Order: sequence, then C-alpha cells, then structure tokens
Amino acid sequence: MNFDPRYSGRNFTSVGTRPIRPDGVDKVTGRARYGADFNMAGQLVGRVLRSPHAHATIRKIDTSKAEKLPGVKAVITAADLPDLTDGDAAMYDILDNCMARKKALYDGHAVAAVAAVDARIARQALKLIEVDYEVLPHVTDVDEAMKHTAPLLNDAIFTEGLEEKPVKPSNVTKRTQYGHGDIHEGFGQADFVVERSFKTEQTHQGYIEPHACVANVSSDGTADLWVCTQGHFVYRQHCAQLLGMEASKLRVTSSEIGGGFGGKTHVWAEPVALALSRKAGRPVKLVMTRDEVFRASGPTSATSIDVKIGARKDGTITAAEATLRYSCGPYAGMWAEIGAMTAFACYRLENVKTVGYEVLVNRPKTAAYRAPSAPMAAFAVESAIDELAKEIDMDPVEFRIRNAAQEGTRSSYGPVYGPIGIGPTLEAAKNHPHMKAPLGKNQGRGMACGFWFNFGGQTCTDLNIGMDGSVSLAVGTVDVGGSRASLSLVAAEELGIAYEQVKAVVADTSSLGYNDMTDGSRGTFSSSMATISAARNAIKVLRERAAQMWDISVDDVAWEQGHAVAKGEKHGNLGKLSLKEIAAESGKTGGPIAGHSELVADGAGVSFATHICDIEVDPETGATKVLRYTVVQDAGKAVHPTYVEGQYQGGAAQGIGWALNEEYIYGKDGRLQNAGFLDYRIPVCSDLPMIDTQILEIPNPNHPYGVRGVGETSIVPPLAAIANAVSNAAGVRMTHIPMSPPRILAAIEAERAG
Amino acid sequence: MRYIRPLSIEDAVGQLTGSSGTAAILAGGSDLLVRMKGGFIEPELIVDIKAIDGLSEIRETAEGFSIGAAVPCAALGENAALKTAWPGVVEAAKLIGSKQVQGRCTIVGNLCNASPAADSVPALVAAHARALVIGPGGKRTIPVETVPTGPGKTSLAKGEIIEAILLDRRAPRSGDAYLRFIPRTEMDIAVVSAGVNLTLDEQGVVKAARVALGAVAATVLLVEEAAEALIGRKMDEAALERLAKVCAGACRPIDDKRGTVEFRRKVAGVLARRAAMTAYARAGGK
Repeated sequence: MNFDPRYSGRNFTSVGTRPIRPDGVDKVTGRARYGADFNMAGQLVGRVLRSPHAHATIRKIDTSKAEKLPGVKAVITAADLPDLTDGDAAMYDILDNCMARKKALYDGHAVAAVAAVDARIARQALKLIEVDYEVLPHVTDVDEAMKHTAPLLNDAIFTEGLEEKPVKPSNVTKRTQYGHGDIHEGFGQADFVVERSFKTEQTHQGYIEPHACVANVSSDGTADLWVCTQGHFVYRQHCAQLLGMEASKLRVTSSEIGGGFGGKTHVWAEPVALALSRKAGRPVKLVMTRDEVFRASGPTSATSIDVKIGARKDGTITAAEATLRYSCGPYAGMWAEIGAMTAFACYRLENVKTVGYEVLVNRPKTAAYRAPSAPMAAFAVESAIDELAKEIDMDPVEFRIRNAAQEGTRSSYGPVYGPIGIGPTLEAAKNHPHMKAPLGKNQGRGMACGFWFNFGGQTCTDLNIGMDGSVSLAVGTVDVGGSRASLSLVAAEELGIAYEQVKAVVADTSSLGYNDMTDGSRGTFSSSMATISAARNAIKVLRERAAQMWDISVDDVAWEQGHAVAKGEKHGNLGKLSLKEIAAESGKTGGPIAGHSELVADGAGVSFATHICDIEVDPETGATKVLRYTVVQDAGKAVHPTYVEGQYQGGAAQGIGWALNEEYIYGKDGRLQNAGFLDYRIPVCSDLPMIDTQILEIPNPNHPYGVRGVGETSIVPPLAAIANAVSNAAGVRMTHIPMSPPRILAAIEAERAG
Repeated sequence: MRYIRPLSIEDAVGQLTGSSGTAAILAGGSDLLVRMKGGFIEPELIVDIKAIDGLSEIRETAEGFSIGAAVPCAALGENAALKTAWPGVVEAAKLIGSKQVQGRCTIVGNLCNASPAADSVPALVAAHARALVIGPGGKRTIPVETVPTGPGKTSLAKGEIIEAILLDRRAPRSGDAYLRFIPRTEMDIAVVSAGVNLTLDEQGVVKAARVALGAVAATVLLVEEAAEALIGRKMDEAALERLAKVCAGACRPIDDKRGTVEFRRKVAGVLARRAAMTAYARAGGK
C-alpha cells in the first residue's frame, strides 16, 4: 500500500468544526442499543456464582442439585472451559480469571455459572451449587504482599528481572528498570533533595454501563456474540481461543458503549456466556450487576511509590529516582513497568532511574484505566517536584518550565522526543488568567503535568460510495469518545464533501479485517489515518471513472473540492464532475466505488498536559471543594474540538473523583466492603466546577493532519494537581490518595499536634 | 410474593397481623425495593399503604402537625407552615437520597428502616417528635427515639404500623437545624450528623434545648448533657466549646468504610456547634 502518513500543513474545511454528533439523537431518546438492550427469542438468563473468599482452594463443586432444578438449562464450572491455551501464560490467566480452576483468588472470583429460563430460577440455582472451599490466608495490600512472610498466591512465580534467579517463589512477578545517566553522581551535584513516599488506593473506571452480552452458539459450531466492548476483534480472538473455535466462525458485534476507560478491553463474562450457550443449545444473556462489576471486573492498581529528586540552587534537576510498586490482582501484569516508564517523562534529565515491581494480591485482576499506571506515578513525582520548587524557593511553574523536556530530549523511558507539547502547555498555564486569580481563606492552588504515550496499531476501514453520492464509512474501532463524528469529518475533508453526506458505522468482526481495540487513545488517531487512506483510494477510483466518462487519460484528472477536474490545455473546456455525478454513473463505468484501507498506524505522537486547580479545605472537617479547574493539553490537531474538550473535562472529572474519594475498601476478611456507587464515591455533578479547557495544537509529524490521541492524558495530572492544591490549602503535604475527609483531617490534626 | 394495597389502616394491620412469613410495608419503597433488588430480603407479603385515606396528608392541628406515613419528603418542603415551624426537620428530610428519591421516600420509612445514619431521625429526635402507632392492640403514641432499637431493628410489634409523625405547635422564639457530613455534595449517607432544637427566652437565653447525633452509635443519640451545655446560656464561645466537647465525648462510633472513630468524634462536635448556631439564629437569637 502506498500511503504517506506524514504531516502536511494544509487548510481545513470540515476538520476543526463542531457539527452535532451522529449518535446523539438515539442516545438522548433511548433508542441507542447498549449491551443489555439486545435480546433473542428463547434466550436464557446467565448468572455467575462467585467466591465469597479472598483466597481459597476449591476442593470440590457439586452442581447436581442445581442441574435438577426445573428451568435450569445449563450449569458450568471450569471443567466446561478446558485449558486450550497451549502454554500461553497470559491466555491461561484470562481463562482462570473467567472461571477459577484450582483456587479462588479474590472475593468475587467466578467459580460456576448457570443458564436458566428466568432470573429468579437462575438465582435459586446458584444457591443450590455446593462449593467445598479450603480457606487460605490472603493478602490485599501491595506493601504487605511484598513481604517474605506474606501468603503466596502462586508458588510457581519467581521474580523475573533480578540479577540472580531467586530460589524462593514470591508475590513479586517482575522487576523492571528504566533510565539513563548516573543518579549517584546527579544527587552529588544537588543543593536540595526531596525524598518522599506515597500511596494510592485502588480505583475502578466507574463506567455507568455494566458488562453485558448475548451469546448464541449454533449446533453447527458457529456463534454470534453481541457485546459491550472496546474491542470486538480482540474479544473474538480471546473467546475463540478459549472455546476452541476458529475466529472466523465467531462473529462479534459491538453495541453502543456506556463507558469503558480501559475496563472493557478484557473478557470476563463473554467466554462464560458462550460456554453456557454451547451447553444449553440456546442463546444466553449475561449482564453483570454493579456489585459484580466492582468485585470481578478490572480496576486499576493500588500503589506504593518512593520518589527522590535533587536540584541545584538555580533550579536545574540533577537527578531523579523512583521505586514503584503496583498491585496486579492475582495475575502477572506490567502495570508498575508503565508507571516506571511514564514517571519522569515530562522532564529533561541527565540522571534518572526508575524501578517497578509487579505485585500479586488477592484482589480482582488489574485492567487498564485511562492512561493506565501514569496518574499514580505523576501524583508521586509532581508532588515531590512541587516540594522541591518550594525548597529552592522557585515558582512551581517556572521550575517545571526550566526542566521540561523538548524536541530532541532523550526521554526517561528511552526514545528521543520529536516536537512535543510539554513546554507550550506550561507556558499556556503560566499565562492563563486562572494562575493569577485571587485565593481566599483556606483555599489553595495546585498545578501538575502529565504525559501519555498514545498508541496506533492495526486498523482496517472501508469507505463505500452509494449511487446517490452519499458515503458509508465502516470502521473497526469501537466509538467510545465520539470517533464516528470525527471520522465522518475526516472523510468529508479528504473527499471534499459535506459532513452530512457521510455516515460512519462500527462494523462487526465478519465485515472488516482485524482492528486493535479502542485503547491507547488510538481510535481517532489510527482510524482517521485509515479513513484518509481509504478516501484517497476511493478518489483514485473516482478519477478513473471520471476519466472514463470523459474518455481521457486518468493522469489528466485531478480531484479538487469534491470534484473531478480535467487538467491540461486540451481538456480546458470540460466542466468538472461532482462525486455525486460520478457515483450516479458508476453502474455503467465499472460498478460500485469504494476505497479500502488496512494499515498499522505507527507514529502516535506523545501527548502532554498541564492542569491547574483551586481547592478549599474545611479545616474542621477535612471536607474539600473544587473551586476552579483548568486543563491545558496538546491535541496535535483537534478534529472535533467539542469532543476533544469533552475528553479533557472527562479525564479531569475522573481524576477529581480518584484524588478525593474513590477507593476500594477491603475488610480484614479480604472482602470488598463498598461494591456499589453509594460507598464507592464517584463525583456527582454538583461536586464538580465547570472544567475549563484550552486546546493546543502542536502537529504530530506522523499523521497527515497532525492528529495526536487525546483521550487519556487528561487523567494523568489531576491526582497531583489536586494533591498540590489540597496541600497548599491545608498547610500539610498529602501523600495518600484518595484525600478523603478523614485522611485530610487526620493530617491537619497531626500537623497541629506537631 | 403477595402484593396488596389496602384502603383502610385497619385492613393493613389485619393483613400484617395475619401474615405467616416475612411481611414488609411499602410506602415510598426507596429502602425496600433496593433491598429486594439486591437480594437481601424476599418478603412473602408486601402491604402498600399509599392508598389508605389520610396517610398522604400533612395536617395542621391545634397541637401542631401530623405528617402521614405515606407523605413523600418532597411534600414537606412544599408545606410553608411546616417549613416555618420546623425548618430543621424539613431540611433533614430534603437531604435524603436525591431529588428523585425525595419524591418517593417518607420520614416514617426513614425512621423504620432503623439506620443509625438516617437523615431525618436526628432532626425528629431533636424536635421531640412522636410516632402515632396503630396495631392489633390499638393506638399508642411513642417518642421517635424509642422506635429504632439497633441497626435494622425497631420496637414495633408484629402488625404495628406507624400512621403518622406528630410535631408540636411551635413555641415563640424557637428554631431547629440539622447538619450532616458527607464526602460528596449530595446523594450520600451521613458519616456523622447533628440535629439541634432550641427555644429562647425574651433575652435570647436558651430556655430549652435538645441535641441529637446520628451515625455515631447503633441508634441516634439524644445527648442530654449537650442540651445542658446550652441551657441558660446565649451562644457564647464557651457554651459552644462545651457543646462540641460533650458531643464528641458522647459518641460511641466505629471505624468503618465511611469514616474513622476519631473523625466521627471530632466532626460530631463541629456539626453540633454549627447546627446550634443556625438553630439559635432561626430562633431569633443574636
């Protein structure tokens, strides 16, 4: 394929405008179909039996009584999902997480499932399943789990990445290290050194729509799955592999999605629903309750982080070091590694070292959560940076500007940066009126920076031109953040037609080639690249058809503003042909007109943001109020600025919840105490101020329009920005997230007591 | 499960008395339906009391107010006379759940759900409210603080229904207030709460006081020593200090997912103090 993805400075007609969203009317009128809105004749209700223990050996499961209950059509256990993973450790972990095999590894771990004619019978059937557990000691805290005395989750795990292979098994699955230079030398040059330890509690993405699917396995071995997911192609691959099917025999259709934020990138209920349907011979609908979503989907890591940063009197950082411990749930992950990579990515450092430890605990398997692992690392680093600025007596923005990474800087995780936005976001923040607004009593201001890699990945897109000149765009990246609107704008831009002439849909897995899922802020970045490529291929066909209609050489036909134009002196008297006119004749000139594209979207430009916030703290109760919040972020090019602003605001809103109140609370028994939105406190509307946004556009050189991913970076700075604001307001450094009122009040009282 | 909707209170009492398994009374349903949906209870009989004559009314009588068991909390906020007389009770009722929930939930339901964190209860206890109980043995009137006996438990006998909550006619120079602490701004459960009810003499000295604390013990606490700290005083700093200290000391809280013992003690004092100042201002104190 001959596609040039390089950025070409051009003027835009459609891109950068703010048309209404194509999925809007259906969503606000309730017509849009989400995961649980799909139904089939004869479908059964699936329900999952979950472990009440944090850690237990499953001695025996007796399902005979449940099977005899009238109305029960299938009961499954791990025996119905045999291990077909063939040595693929990551797939085995997914299988074991979907249905516990030998041990239940957390409160909520699935151990059996039923399909029955209605929900009441399904619930009764669960009560009739007898599981013989041998309860084992458990560990849920990340620091406790690292101790030699901690109960072991898996005695076959020996820490990887150590110089010498350990002789004893451990809950630490892996050690990773990043950096360059010599930190000892760097700290030797420092006039000031700040060294602090931080903790963050586990949070959930908190998407409003629970996981839901309908599985229908036919007796001929083919199957359909309708599901709420961020990546139906990935779900197809995983489900097919776990169930021993050929991928092409399983057709997966993604529903509208009521939020994912990384939490809908992993299969949990889907292989179970397929196994139930296969056994029952009927369609099975499986919808998780909110309790199940909290206990048994994939929250983010709890962390424990040490940071040490040194600087000279003039404000130059001489060395930076961090040790990051991230909980993974009961299966190996690379969450601390990502934290170790992102921790110091905003800065130009000569001497930097980060070490990550992946830690197993008896909690649900960690999943991605919007810029996974980066917010906690940024919280620790940006808190220490603020303190260091104070010690040097420098303005925190100036201190960061002085040390910000630039084009050509070798990043702390290895690569050398191209054109990047950290400097410009800091300058914009410095000049923002928010920075100069007066503060009242008990109020504090904080700011912080954040970084995210962004991702490109495999993408496949079809663009079909109807005989009436309208354009259907079929993409394989699930629309979680408004990508159908953005991609329609891109198709309109490239073809030179109106936005209203384009209709984008998310195609099922049998209609397009493989697409990676919508993660890594790749949806609009990669699919817009594929859409541009597909449109250019369609334009090639359109030019050929125009050439036929005119009976001239295609080399003499150009495409300008939605029209074929005959070039050259001898064709000067030919009137231009519109896309619509060419499409109307397509039946006679060679049939349907389409453009196809399959590519790996390399070169996702890294993204930076700077956030500012003002907080008021009630010194008598520890209550907080977010008074004002400003997000400044580089978008590369904002395709649909309203959606970009929405992403900035959404990340900030989630970050505010995480910073102030959200946390998984486990009892001494290892059971989750707050598996619901009453006591897992995401912010309600009135908890938030209007979140102000400023879009900067530093073009990504590796995208024709300069686009960068925008979805994730916005959640990276908030924990730190809010912690800095609360610390300034309360007069005491906050080192434990969330900064719930009891934690703030305890810190204030401790400070008062000296 | 059997659902009935009797038209008379006597019929409702009869049905409840005659039931053999678990029976539940349905008014707003904002606790009952949530518990049923969550699978915590599966009642065999549900008695919906909303169709019973008079139960959905707020009546102003010579003695004061009678608030029917099926009156939604939102209606309390729309009753001007009640709001003027008992602003603390009304503001407490209007903090339960969300706007939508307030259109359904009732103060009797809030009382009978017997949660130590119930918002309307400390305000009702401070207000000296009584519950009019009807049952197989006839009618009786009891102080609201004697209804909940522990989390989820009440003193009501089988077949008994609270027909109405009774509030006194207001003495001159009286005011009440309710405050709760929640980590969010709304749609939350009190971590600590305080209701204060005061009557002043003509010089602005506190003549009568009642102070109640929520979410700091197994039931709402009526703290008599806290009332004593205020009686005979104006709202001077020393009286408020003493009030806060007594309230903190009276708490018997636990550490749980919503807060720590230390936090609850400290904030109980802070809220009592703030509620007392508001009640004092409402009573016309300066």
